[in-house]
Amino acid sequence: MNTFEGYRRGDGTVGVRNVVAVMPLSVAVSAVAARIAEEGPDRVHATPHQLAADAPEATLEQTRRVLEGVATNPNVGGALLLKLGTEAVDGERVADAVAAAGRPVETLSIREEGGTAAAVAAGEEIVDDLATETAGARREPVDVSELVVGVECGGSDATSGLASNPAVGEACDRLIEAGGTASFSETPEFIGAEHVLAERCASEAVREKLLAYVERREAAAELMGADLRGAQPSPGNQEGGLTTIEEKSLGAIAKGGTTPIRDVVPYGADLPTGEGLVLMDTPGYDVESVTGKVSGGAQVIVFTTGRGSTTGNPIAPVIKVCGNPETWERMGSNMDANASTIVTGGDDLETVGERIYGTILETASGRRTAAEVRGLREFAINELQPNELGYFEGEPDPAEAGGS
Amino acid sequence: MSDDRKAIVLDGTDTVATMLEGGEVGHSLAVEGDVELAEEIPFGHKVALRDHERDEAVRKYGEAIGVATEPIRAGEWVHTHNCDSARGRADGANADAAAGGGRS
Repeated sequence: MNTFEGYRRGDGTVGVRNVVAVMPLSVAVSAVAARIAEEGPDRVHATPHQLAADAPEATLEQTRRVLEGVATNPNVGGALLLKLGTEAVDGERVADAVAAAGRPVETLSIREEGGTAAAVAAGEEIVDDLATETAGARREPVDVSELVVGVECGGSDATSGLASNPAVGEACDRLIEAGGTASFSETPEFIGAEHVLAERCASEAVREKLLAYVERREAAAELMGADLRGAQPSPGNQEGGLTTIEEKSLGAIAKGGTTPIRDVVPYGADLPTGEGLVLMDTPGYDVESVTGKVSGGAQVIVFTTGRGSTTGNPIAPVIKVCGNPETWERMGSNMDANASTIVTGGDDLETVGERIYGTILETASGRRTAAEVRGLREFAINELQPNELGYFEGEPDPAEAGGS
Repeated sequence: MSDDRKAIVLDGTDTVATMLEGGEVGHSLAVEGDVELAEEIPFGHKVALRDHERDEAVRKYGEAIGVATEPIRAGEWVHTHNCDSARGRADGANADAAAGGGRS
């Protein structure tokens, strides 16, 4: 069972959904993008975000990388880029990238259209055309080695490290054994567990990069004069039994499985296919972290939760795995896989891991997740904060400084 | 029938167990050793398997997850009131106590 049914794109990549993406270049057009998508057919989804039309260079560069990455995710069949007309981010470069990826792309400027009403009307026509143009895409059998799965956790509690994370880790090991790629991120949640991760790095260069990313996130937090402990573990995590960031991290890294770490890439950067386990440097905020991996090309997200997270994504299906028996009981309708039987003693990790692997392949082949059924499509792009900018501009990115 | 409460010890070197069901004062633990709960401990929270001195590492997953900020006796609840991170602090305190923390 190592194949799934996916959409082969013009650039050779394989999507598991056939989304028409309506993508604002800045917050100024986020509401208009949402309006256009609402009026369009079911598979037209907007990616509204909060980033301003202008920003420091490093912030703009990261925003462009993410817009380009999301717009060329294999799940995107076609894209409408929306702008007010004042955006500093290079929208043309994003449009060129989508076209080069063999997908239809259009750009719409609200100022050129003569206001929001005219832009909504024009946008609706464009997404209808894009929907027609992409309607012919057909699923075909594809080897699992073309699948990139992003792994995330949110609303963690003590069961995350005991049940859902190691069970998803088991599924990742299976995926990687079959030739696929898995990626987990949330660098603040490597803190206290980086020595365990460092031992698993495939080379000295990857090890140095990983430790540099962890050090940078920790130092950026310290530059604020505050420390990470206010946010990590969060009050909810603490109520769930997690005492320190080390404890949360040691439980969190289990979700990536046990295979060697092949590389560590910057926020939103390309995740290679067929490369095993690759980490991404992202913040701990789960919605932004998911967006980073979708920008990297992840077609499917597996998201573990203990206390109960319900978030989805507009581009990639998000599979919710729950390890807390009480949460499963109360919020099962928002969940896709039950790992809580590991805690109650019914199932072992292997059994649940195999089940989750099966759910990944079924979801990739078109089975809708709980979040998709409920239209939950949260989206946020990480904005580099002033303290990070100061730090990030003074130091080369570890990915460029490292020996890779 | 018994007052045993389910708990899990993840590694032989761990100094705490995680409760798989909530327990009350006097409940014993269904893990190796003879530990009796000294206070109420909720599901998912940690119980000390042995005495900890102040500043001693608290271990789970076979790793240090923090340090005891006060003496903790076997059977007591281990959480933010008596255990603190050695990492991610602006003041750098506890950094030396991060046994096996791997900082270079």
